[in-house]
Amino acid sequence: MSIIEIENLCKSYRVYQKKEGVWAGIRGLFHREYREVAAVRGVNLRVESGEFVAFLGPNGAGKTTTLKLLSGVITPTSGTVSVMGFVPWHRDDAYRRRFALVMGQKNQLWWDLPATDSFRLHQHIYNIPGAVFERTRDELTEMLDVRHLLGQPVRELSLGERMKMELIAALLHSPEMLFLDEPTIGLDVVAQHKIQQFLKHYQNQRRTTILLTSHYMKDIAALCKRVVVIANGSIHYDGSLAGIIDRFSGDKVVTLQLDERTDFASVAKLPGSVEIEPPRIKFRVPRDEVARVLGELLDRYQVTDVIVEDPPLEEVIASMFLEAAQQEPELVGAANGRPTR
Amino acid sequence: MTSAATWGSELRKWWTFFQISLNERLVYRGDFMLGTLMRFLPTLTQIFLWWAIFESLPAAVGGAGGEGGRIAGYRYGDMVAYYLLITISRAFSSMPGLTSGIAKMVRSGELKKYLIQPVDLLTCLLIQRVAHKLVYYLIATVPFALVFFLCRQFFIDGWPSAEVLAVFAMSLVLSFLLGFFLEACLGLVSFWLLEVTSLAFIYMLMNFLLSGHMFPLDLLPEWSRWLVDCLPLKYLAYFPAAVFLGKVEGEAMYWGLLIEAAWVLFFVVLSAFLWTRGLVRYSGFGG
Repeated sequence: MSIIEIENLCKSYRVYQKKEGVWAGIRGLFHREYREVAAVRGVNLRVESGEFVAFLGPNGAGKTTTLKLLSGVITPTSGTVSVMGFVPWHRDDAYRRRFALVMGQKNQLWWDLPATDSFRLHQHIYNIPGAVFERTRDELTEMLDVRHLLGQPVRELSLGERMKMELIAALLHSPEMLFLDEPTIGLDVVAQHKIQQFLKHYQNQRRTTILLTSHYMKDIAALCKRVVVIANGSIHYDGSLAGIIDRFSGDKVVTLQLDERTDFASVAKLPGSVEIEPPRIKFRVPRDEVARVLGELLDRYQVTDVIVEDPPLEEVIASMFLEAAQQEPELVGAANGRPTR
Repeated sequence: MTSAATWGSELRKWWTFFQISLNERLVYRGDFMLGTLMRFLPTLTQIFLWWAIFESLPAAVGGAGGEGGRIAGYRYGDMVAYYLLITISRAFSSMPGLTSGIAKMVRSGELKKYLIQPVDLLTCLLIQRVAHKLVYYLIATVPFALVFFLCRQFFIDGWPSAEVLAVFAMSLVLSFLLGFFLEACLGLVSFWLLEVTSLAFIYMLMNFLLSGHMFPLDLLPEWSRWLVDCLPLKYLAYFPAAVFLGKVEGEAMYWGLLIEAAWVLFFVVLSAFLWTRGLVRYSGFGG
């Protein structure tokens, strides 16, 4: 059995539609219009124990909603989920002792107290034996290099330092399943890198199953072998990061460096040229024509350097998101109803 | 795991939670010190107001200085003693920030913390509140004792009997629980309304007028007494003070205690119900 099994998972929210203006506001007091928004529609997914999976998708794609469903914060509209054999939204204590959720934008530590106090509380909430607790805590603080900050009130820590403390707090009970919702959001490059390194090392060591959502491609490239692309509430791709390019982009980018004396105006007129910064010129060429086109170019011009590469991942993903959005105009079911159930 | 071990670990969990809440509160001790002193300011105004009122009574009935002047059975001294005792019962029953705190947690999503960790929100809040109150009493004891010492002559009939004192103490503990669960219920309404500020305001107003916070409830006209008797509010301020001053005596005193306990039970059950129903709604709609 897989550690996570998701079948036909759907979740729609009812959103209150407020029209512009005061009169509309007053009318809204008596009669409210709601709109059903399908945040997750028909997701099927299996994750094996020890996998490190990234959820990738534009804002509002349903990534966070999926994580909320998996951690039991919300109940689905339909479909089934099993995590380690539990139904998350039943919120069994037995389940809650075995996973952790870290949200980059939410704070779980006690704001005015040193992190060490929050850690101690977690020790007792999760019933961690003293010796194990101390060992885990020391190990984690060592790995993240925050030992000297343990005694400082959390509110006085920098964002990066706080995130490290959040991670430690979440990992003290050695969860088998870890959900990370944008853990590096708002962090500088150094702090991001540090947290990536830590997660990589930790996962290698412990084989914890981790689901991560992030907007930073670097996070994902550094950590996850498997990427699940979610857009408009459904899965559009499930595979390796490199595979996204193979699948969604049939082009290669060819960059030529030309001799200074070349007539750049005529080169610019060639089909497929995308960027001209003399003496460099960039072409987008369908993959199976790269050899032919390159041959012709080399024949006709004085070329001093050639680079053939995949288009940037961000670009491919952005166009994939755009495509997904155009394919399925948001399914909107207008529903009128009363403000309460 | 045996159930004894489970209980042990539960107890340790809450004990740690208690200690941490205590620590957190001590961070703000300066704010507390000031808050305590400020608490007596409105009382002072009341005392002066009533002095003026008693002064203006016709000489035949006896002015503020005399022993004879009574309003609804209160001599001037009783009145001052009443307001001082009200500060004590309010120190137990008032729950600053509880309703709005819960509403904020629901709105901001901070509530998630309590859904993903194996802890119970209401128990956490209760323990936190006990810790906050204890810190408060610790700091407030000196100013309270000072004020009571300075005002000792207003307690005309002296120190009540041990029995009355015991009932007084019990009514205070119950008023703490009543205040907590009542305001927790108001906060939990935010699962449905999101914004409970106006609800909290209405409650505050009712509390101010009908709990005995602003004036002794004996001043209310006879016909309106039934309303106050039907509401739980009088146990938040009036009842403990009335017990201390001997306004409620003997059997009535114990009946009062019993009704107060019943109200506590009612709001405990109601809050548990709102929490369960609210969560169903929360997890179904927003999260």
